[in-house]
Amino acid sequence: MLQNVLQFLNDHYLILATIKILIVFAVLLGIVAYLVLMERKVLAFMQARLGPMRVGPWGLLQPIADGLKLLLKEDIVPAGADKFIFLLAPVISIIAAFTVFAVIPFGPPDKGFVISDINIGLLFILAVSSLGIYGIILGGWSSNSHYPLLGALRSSAQLVSYEVAAGLAVIGVLLCANSLSMVEIVKNQQAAGIWNVFRQPVAFIIYLIAAVAETNRNPFDLPEAESELTAGFHTEYSGFRFALYFMAEYTAMVLVSAIAVTLFWGGWLRPFASVHWLNFLDYTPVVVFLGAGVVVILGSIKNPVPGEKLFLFAVAGLCFFLAVVVAIPPVNAWIQGVFWFVAKVMVFLYAFIWYRGTFPRYRYDQLMNVGWRVMIPVGLANIIVTAVVIYWWSKPHAAAAATLLFR
Amino acid sequence: MVAEVTFFILSALALGSAVMVITRRNPVHSALWLIVTLFSVGGVFLILRAPFLFAVQIILYVGGIMVLIIFVIMLVSVDVSGRQQQFSRQWLVGLTTVLILAAELGYALYRGSKGFLLARSAPAAALENNTQAIGTALYQNYMLPVEIASILLLVAMVGAVLMAKRKME
Repeated sequence: MLQNVLQFLNDHYLILATIKILIVFAVLLGIVAYLVLMERKVLAFMQARLGPMRVGPWGLLQPIADGLKLLLKEDIVPAGADKFIFLLAPVISIIAAFTVFAVIPFGPPDKGFVISDINIGLLFILAVSSLGIYGIILGGWSSNSHYPLLGALRSSAQLVSYEVAAGLAVIGVLLCANSLSMVEIVKNQQAAGIWNVFRQPVAFIIYLIAAVAETNRNPFDLPEAESELTAGFHTEYSGFRFALYFMAEYTAMVLVSAIAVTLFWGGWLRPFASVHWLNFLDYTPVVVFLGAGVVVILGSIKNPVPGEKLFLFAVAGLCFFLAVVVAIPPVNAWIQGVFWFVAKVMVFLYAFIWYRGTFPRYRYDQLMNVGWRVMIPVGLANIIVTAVVIYWWSKPHAAAAATLLFR
Repeated sequence: MVAEVTFFILSALALGSAVMVITRRNPVHSALWLIVTLFSVGGVFLILRAPFLFAVQIILYVGGIMVLIIFVIMLVSVDVSGRQQQFSRQWLVGLTTVLILAAELGYALYRGSKGFLLARSAPAAALENNTQAIGTALYQNYMLPVEIASILLLVAMVGAVLMAKRKME
C-alpha cells in the first residue's frame, strides 16, 4: 500500500510538489503568526515589560485573536485611490515573498525536503524577490496620498540600492560553490567541511546588512518611519489588506534568514557535521522538545486559571510526545536536516528582533552613504579578492599565471 | 503539445499587453502592462529551455529598469498628463510609416511562408549547463566584444552623471 502510494507520487511529481508547497505554505503562515508574538514578547522583555498576556496563557493565542480581528475589520479604499492597483499591490508583495521558498532546500534532497532544485536557484531568488518592491511602490502610489507616496519613493530607492549590495555579496558564495543551485551550494559546504561564513566573512556581513535593509526592518525602516511618515507606504491600508502587507514583511524576514542560512551557515548541515565523535549532537531535537515540555509543565503549575492549566498540560504532553517520536532512530535521521535548518533560521529571526530593540534608526542620507559608498565598493573588492584566490589555488591556472608573470 | 499551447498563450499575452501599453492614458498602467509583456517574454525563454535568460530578463528588466521607470513616473503628476490632448501632431506621417512597415513585414512573411517554423526548443540536455555555456561564450570565446560593449556602457553612464552634475552647478 505504502509502496504503491510512493510509486504514484514518484510518477506524478506535480502532485508531490503541490503537497509540499501546501505544507510549506501552512507552516510558514504558522511561523509568521507566531513570529509577531515572539517579536512583541522579546521586545517587551528587552524593555522590562511582559508583552501580551491576556489571550491564552502567556498570550500564546494572541496571533489567532489578531488574525480574526484583522479579518473582521472594515476594508477601506480611499476615495481618490486607483482602485485596481490599490487592491493588487499587497497581493504582489505577498506572492513575491512566498514564491521564493520554492527553491530553498529545507533539508537534504534525498529525504524530500526540497520542493524544486533548479539550475538557476540563486538567480531565481534574486529575480522573484526583486518583485516585492512593486507591492510597496504601487501601494504607495495608488493610495493617492502624501505619506504613502513619500514612503514608497524612499523605499524603492533603498531597496534598489541594497539589492545591488546583496547581489554582490552573493557572487562571492557563487564563486566558492561553482554553482547557482541552492542544493549544490550546501553540498559544496559539506564537501569543503567548512561553512561559507568562514570562507566569505565579508560577504556574509554585507549580505546581513543588506538583508535587514531589504526587509525594511530597524535600523533601516525608513520607508515606514512612523515619526516622519505615519506608516509609510501602507498608511491608507486597513483590515485584511494591511494584514497582507504585514505578513509579507514577516515572510520576507523568514526568507532572508533562510537564504542567509543556506548560503552562509551550511543550510541543513549539523554544526560539525563531519566530526564523528560529536554525533551525539543528532539527539539535540530530543533535548529541545524535552526542555520545552519541562518549561511548560513548570509554568502550568504556577498558573491559577483551571482552563489555561489544562491547555498548558496538553501543550506539554505534545512536547513530550514529539520528544519520544524524534528519539526513534529512523525519524531522528529523517528530521535531522530540517531541525538544524529551522534552528539556524530562528537564530537569525531573533537577531532581527534584537536589532529592532537596540539600534536607533538611520538618517536617510546616512543610509544611502552606507549603501553606495561603503557596501558596494567592499562587495566589489570581495569579489575580486575571492576570484584571484580561487584562480591561484586551482593548480593548472596557477602554473599558467606563474609563467605569464615570471617568464 | 503542452509546450506549444503554453507558447501560444504566452505570446498572445505578450502581444496583447504590448497593445495595452501604448493605448493606456495613465502612464503607471502602461508601465504595469509592460511588466506583463516582459514576464511573458521571460516565460517564452523558459519554454525554449533558456532558464538563465529568463532569470536575467526578470532581474534586469522587471526588477531593475521598470522599477526606475515607475519611480520617475510617480513623480509626474498623472492627472495633468491624463487630461491633456494627444500631443503627437505628425500622426499622418506616423500612420504612413506604420503601413509601409506592415506591408514590408507582410511581404517578408508571405515570401518565407514555406519555410516558416516555430522556434525549436533546445534539446533537454542543453538545460543542464545553460548558465555555464553562456558564461563560457561571453567570457572566453567572445571576451573582447563583451569588454568593448561594457566599456561603451560605462562611458555612457559616466557621461550621463557628468551632464547631470554640470546642470546642478
